Amino acid sequence: METSTHADDLKTIRKIMEESSRFLSLSGLSGVFAGIFAIIGFIIALLILNSDRISDAGNIDLALFIDALVILIAALSVSVFLSYRKALRNGNRIWTGITKRMLLNLIIPLLSAAAFILIFYIEQNFRYIIPSMLVFYGLALVNVGKFTFGEIQYLGILQVLIGIISAVFTEYALYLWVLGFGILHILYGLIMHKKYR
Amino acid sequence: MSAGIKEIMNNLSKLLENRVRLGIMSALMVNERLDFNSLKELLDVTDGNLASHLKALEKHELIRVKKQFVGRKPNTNYMLTNDGKKVFESHLDAIEQLMKRK
Repeated sequence: METSTHADDLKTIRKIMEESSRFLSLSGLSGVFAGIFAIIGFIIALLILNSDRISDAGNIDLALFIDALVILIAALSVSVFLSYRKALRNGNRIWTGITKRMLLNLIIPLLSAAAFILIFYIEQNFRYIIPSMLVFYGLALVNVGKFTFGEIQYLGILQVLIGIISAVFTEYALYLWVLGFGILHILYGLIMHKKYR
Repeated sequence: MSAGIKEIMNNLSKLLENRVRLGIMSALMVNERLDFNSLKELLDVTDGNLASHLKALEKHELIRVKKQFVGRKPNTNYMLTNDGKKVFESHLDAIEQLMKRK
């Protein structure tokens, strides 16, 4: 009798500590969708690069940029939608102090990435665009691990490693990009979905 | 002398036998500060209930209150005192001991 109330006390402590310090509405499925969108974006990028109809370099850049932007927006929207749904289902609020802190920690490395990529593009130095996408994104995930499921840090570390490899083997950079943003996202999403559904 | 301290600790620890007060302390262990509304939503209690428990913890100096203005709205934040942290930790130890004994 006594033991069970103490066990309940411990359960309460644990639950409140987790709920008040971590964003637990992140859905594993959003990782799966992000990965699928990345693969679709990759296929479209290959089509653009091999197309005869778009020959002007400026047009190719613009097409690739639009491709990347649409994919990013699609992945983010699905992720927000699924998190919102998970929060509703579990009876949690989505817009809390933790959500804000998590987003801030995500956005700082990502905006740094955007600045670097823009500079590389302006200097026509394309070699490090894909590596910096992977490395900065990986660091953003490591950063955010304190505010959501800790497992996301492993995904982040792998992205950083793939990014560094892609900086050395630049001829395979596009394939390494799809490995990081596509396949790893899907695997991570499936694992998390199974673990925390 | 140490018996005296122990007794004081035991009495403070008793304060945490209440679920709401235990919840407040747990949340403040992992957050530097929390405002009234965040605590209210987290613990799912009424205003009056939460306020009375906060007052009790404040009276025994386990938590500190900081009142600020955000624009024109008053915003009350709560944080643990050093004593509060110690009492929470010793309360956890006590629970652990009791569970081991069984």
